[in-house]
Amino acid sequence: MRARGTAPKTTLRWRALRDGAALYGVVAFGSLIGGVLRALASLGAIALFGDGFPWGTLAVNVIGSLAIGFYATLTGPDGRVFASARQRQFVMTGLCGGFTTFSVFSLETLRLLQAGDMAMAGLNAGLSVILWLAAVWLGHLAALRLNRLGG
Amino acid sequence: MQELMTGLLWVAAGSAAGGAMRFLVSGLVARSVGETFPWGTMVVNVTGSLAIGALAAAADGGIVAHRPAVWLLAVTGFLGSFTTVSSFSLQTLALMREGETLRAGGNIALTLALCLAAASLGFLATRAGLS
Repeated sequence: MRARGTAPKTTLRWRALRDGAALYGVVAFGSLIGGVLRALASLGAIALFGDGFPWGTLAVNVIGSLAIGFYATLTGPDGRVFASARQRQFVMTGLCGGFTTFSVFSLETLRLLQAGDMAMAGLNAGLSVILWLAAVWLGHLAALRLNRLGG
Repeated sequence: MQELMTGLLWVAAGSAAGGAMRFLVSGLVARSVGETFPWGTMVVNVTGSLAIGALAAAADGGIVAHRPAVWLLAVTGFLGSFTTVSSFSLQTLALMREGETLRAGGNIALTLALCLAAASLGFLATRAGLS
């Protein structure tokens, strides 16, 4: 498309634009996969345990927190696995970000409150926060151990 | 089976858009107020919670959002992916590891309180507006 000898400045700007678009592309694609997996997990949880307690959302948020803690440390500055910035955005911002959800957690807690089930609402909120943070920490620790292995 | 596939297509479309929007908004907020505190993630989670409360009230009132396709696209897909727990967890862990215990605790308390308040506010305001 471009003629030979285009000014380098234009080339750089074009490249930055293309890289930016690619970043949005991988985030959108990762979120798409994460979101579909989350919807399937919700359906599965309702089929297995009914809809008295939002187990599906709790499960995706705990698994997503574990995964991001593990991956972030494994591919971090001292990690043993190299991942490009784009790969990290795909997995962390895309996959993990789309798989986990705060808004659905908020709505489900509100629904428990509206049903007059204060104890369940409190249990959901308390249990969720504790398990999310425990999971991200465990993921981080597991990757730290792997990073420290010889070889 | 076909119903499930169609439903997942709505979720997929909403999720792709929601995730890209989260990347845009949290990035804009982080760049404008600095990254010492995870404001970007908090902004998407609070606004997403406000919107989900509003859509839930609309669905209860039989307005647009009660249709399965709309709910799957806008709520399960878009808002589900627009908001995130994994980034919240990772950023809270990072604050704790840096010894910023107060900020970590503040992030947890503020995020929980604001998101639940936002969902309630969105719900109540929309229900009041519809009646």
